[in-house]
Amino acid sequence: MSSFWSLYIVLLTVANIAAAWWLIRWTAKPRKGEVAATETTGHVWDENLTEYNNPMPRWWLYMFYLSIVFAIIYLALYPGLGNFRGLLGWTQVNAYEAQMTQAAQTYDPIFHQYGATDLVALSKNPEAMTTASRLFANNCAACHGSDAHGGPGFPNLTDGDWLYGGSPETIRESILKGRGGVMPTFGPILGEEGVHDVAQYVVSLSGRPADPIRAAAGQQKFAMLCTACHGPEGKGTPALGAPNLTDNIWLYGGSVDTIEQTIRGGRQGRMPTHEALLGADRVHLLAAYVYGLSHRDDAPAP
Amino acid sequence: MQATHASETYNDRVVRQFSIMTIVWGLVGMTVGVLIAAQLHWPALNFDLPWLSYGRLRPLHTNAVIFAFGGSALMGTSFYVVQRTCHTRLFSDGLAAFVFWGWQLVIVLAAVTLPLGLTQGKEYAELEWPIDLLIAVVWVAYAIVFFGTIVKRRVPHIYVANWFYGAFILTVAVLHIVNSAALPAGLTKSYSAYAGAVDAMVQWWYGHNAVGFFLTAGFLGMMYYFVPKQAERPIFSYRLSIVHFWALISIYMWAGPHHLHYTALPDWAQSLGMAFSLMLLAPSWGGMINGMMTLSGAWHKLRTDPILKFLIVSLSFYGMSTFEGPMMAIKTVNALSHYTDWTIGHVHSGALGWVGFITMGSLYALFPRLYGLKGMWSTRLIEWHFWIATIGVAAYAGSMWIAGVMQGLMWRAVNPDGTLTYTFVETLKATHPYYAIRLTGGLMYLTGMAMMAWNVFKTIQMAEKPAPSPVLMPHASHL
Repeated sequence: MSSFWSLYIVLLTVANIAAAWWLIRWTAKPRKGEVAATETTGHVWDENLTEYNNPMPRWWLYMFYLSIVFAIIYLALYPGLGNFRGLLGWTQVNAYEAQMTQAAQTYDPIFHQYGATDLVALSKNPEAMTTASRLFANNCAACHGSDAHGGPGFPNLTDGDWLYGGSPETIRESILKGRGGVMPTFGPILGEEGVHDVAQYVVSLSGRPADPIRAAAGQQKFAMLCTACHGPEGKGTPALGAPNLTDNIWLYGGSVDTIEQTIRGGRQGRMPTHEALLGADRVHLLAAYVYGLSHRDDAPAP
Repeated sequence: MQATHASETYNDRVVRQFSIMTIVWGLVGMTVGVLIAAQLHWPALNFDLPWLSYGRLRPLHTNAVIFAFGGSALMGTSFYVVQRTCHTRLFSDGLAAFVFWGWQLVIVLAAVTLPLGLTQGKEYAELEWPIDLLIAVVWVAYAIVFFGTIVKRRVPHIYVANWFYGAFILTVAVLHIVNSAALPAGLTKSYSAYAGAVDAMVQWWYGHNAVGFFLTAGFLGMMYYFVPKQAERPIFSYRLSIVHFWALISIYMWAGPHHLHYTALPDWAQSLGMAFSLMLLAPSWGGMINGMMTLSGAWHKLRTDPILKFLIVSLSFYGMSTFEGPMMAIKTVNALSHYTDWTIGHVHSGALGWVGFITMGSLYALFPRLYGLKGMWSTRLIEWHFWIATIGVAAYAGSMWIAGVMQGLMWRAVNPDGTLTYTFVETLKATHPYYAIRLTGGLMYLTGMAMMAWNVFKTIQMAEKPAPSPVLMPHASHL
C-alpha cells in the first residue's frame, strides 16, 4: 500500500475513534442551562412525544470506554493502522505457516514411518488402515463414495477391476500424479446410425443380447475407430486407461442409452493429483488402503 | 386535542398502501423461507425444477423479507412518522405515489428474475442492473419526499426517529449505488466494476451496512416513534439518543470486513473490521436502553397490551443480536462460527426477533390509526400471534445456534494422527434434526404472520372509508 493510502487509513481510523471518545465525554457532562434529568426537554411532537434528558447509564458509558480502549490496544498490537505492522508482528500468513509447521512436526513422523513400509504389508496393518480410512473419507469419498463403490464416472475401487492397472505401484501413481481419461467424441464421425450400430456391438461384447444386424455393422466401425485404444477384442488398454468393454463393468453406465451417449459425446474422466495436497507418505498410505479394498483376506477372489 | 390546520391533511393513503403490502410481502417472503427450510430437510422438495431450487429461492426469500417486507414497512412508517413529527403533509403526493408503485415494481421484477436464475451473484444485491437502476431512481424519489418533508416542517427540532430514518435513506442510497456499479453485458447480465478481494470488500461493506442501516437504523426510527407512543411515556434520554446515533452511524461503516476474516482480505482491513465491530456494541445497546427505559414506569401496561409486548421483545432481541454480532466478529470466535448455521441463527434472531417484531408491533399500533379505529379487530389474536411467534423465533435461533457450534466443533476436530475426525457429510447428518426444529420454528412464525394478516383484513373490513386526518398544529411551546 502506498504511504498516501496508509496515512489516509490511519487518519480516518484515529479520527473516528477520537471522535467517538470526544462524543461521549462531551455529552456525558451536564451543561449550563440544561433541563434536569427528571424534566422533559420541552420539545413536543405529535401531541405527546417528549424526551427526558436522563444521564447515560454509567455501566454503559464504561462499557463504551472499555471497547474503545480495547480497540486502541488491539490496533497497537496487530496490523490495522495502514502499513503499521503492529507490535506483535503478527500476520495471517505467518500464523498459518506456524500452525502448519507445528502440525508437520507432530504428525509427519507417523506418516514417514508408514511411507517407509512395504505397501502390501501396510495394507494389513489395522492401525495404519484406520488412519488411512480417515484420509480416504475426507479426500476420496466425495467422488468414490464412503464405501469406495464409486458412482457414474467414478470407478468402484473394491471390485478388483482397474482402468490403469491394480499393482500397488500403479495405484500409488494414480493417486500421486492423477489421471486423465479421454474418450473422444464420435458422434460427428459415425452419424446417428453409426452410433446405434457401434453401441449394439459394444453391448454384445459383454455377452448381452444385442441387435445382430446392427452389431455386425458396428463391429466393422469398431475395428476402424475403437481398437486403437480398446484393443481388437475390446479388452481395453490399461496404459491409456481405456476400459475393458467385455467384463460388463461400466464406468459411466452400461445401458444402451448411456453407451450411445458415451460414443456420441465422448467422456472426460479426471482423477486429480494429490502430490501437493497430501505428500508422498500419505499417498503411499492411501494407496495401501485402496489396494487393500480389493485384496481382503476374507473377500472372494475376483 | 391540539388545534389543527383547517385545510391541510396528512397523506395517509400512501402509508395505508405500504402497510398493507408489508403484510402481503411478509406472508410471501416467509412462505418462501419456510419452503427452503423444508428443502434443507427434504431436498426432494425442489421437485427437480430449476426455478424451485434452493440456490434461486434463497435470494428470493432474503429479497422478499428484507426489501419487500422490511422495505415497505420502513417506507410506510417513515412517511407516517415524518408527517406526524414535522406537523406537515408529505413534500409531494405524486412522488410518494411513484415511490410506492416503483418499489412494488422492483419487488415484482425481483420475484420474476430471481427464480429464472438472473443474478449478479452479490448477496442481498442479487438483482441485475436494469432493476438496480430502477431501485436507484425510486430511492432518490423516496429521499426527496422524506427530506422535502423535513425541510417544510413546522417545528424547529427534528424528532429523533427522523434522524434514524434519514441516516437509513441517505446511506442505503450510497451503498446501493457503489456496490451495484457494474458493466452491463446485455439486458440480463453484467459484470461487477470491482475484482477479486476488492469486490469482496465492497460487497461486504454494502452487506454489513445493509444490516446496519436498513435493518438497524431504519427500524430504530420506527422504534423511536412507536415505543413512546404506545407506552405514552417520554423518551428516556435525549443525550443518549445523540451519542448512540452518531456513534452508531460512524462506527457501523467499518464493520464489513468481519465477514471476510481469514480470507484473502489484507490483515489490516480484517483487524479494523474486528476492532470497530467491538466498539459497535455500546452504540447498539444505546438504542435498546433508550427503548426499554422509556417503558419504565409503564411496565404494568405489558400485562394488557400485546403490542407493547411485541415492542419490548423486539428490543430484547435487538440487544441479544447486537451483543452476539460483535462477539462473532472477534477473529477467534469467528474461526469457529464462520460458515456454520450459527450465522443463520444470529441473522434470524435479529431479523425475526428484532426487525419482524418491531414491525408487527408498530403496524398493530398503526393500522387502527390509519382507519380511524380505536384498536385492532381482535386483541386476543395479537396475543396469540405474539406467543406463537416468540416460541417460533426461540426454536429457530436456538436450533441454529446449537447446530452451528456443533458444526464448527466437528469441522475442526482432529485425531491424534492429524486426520480430520469427521467428514463433511457426517456434520450434515448431525445437523439434520436441527433443520427440522428450525423448520418448525419458521412455520410457527409464518402462522403468526397469517394471524396478523387475518386480523388486519378484519380490521380494515370493520372500518368505514377513512376520513383524511388533519395536520396538527405544533405544540404551543413551539409557536
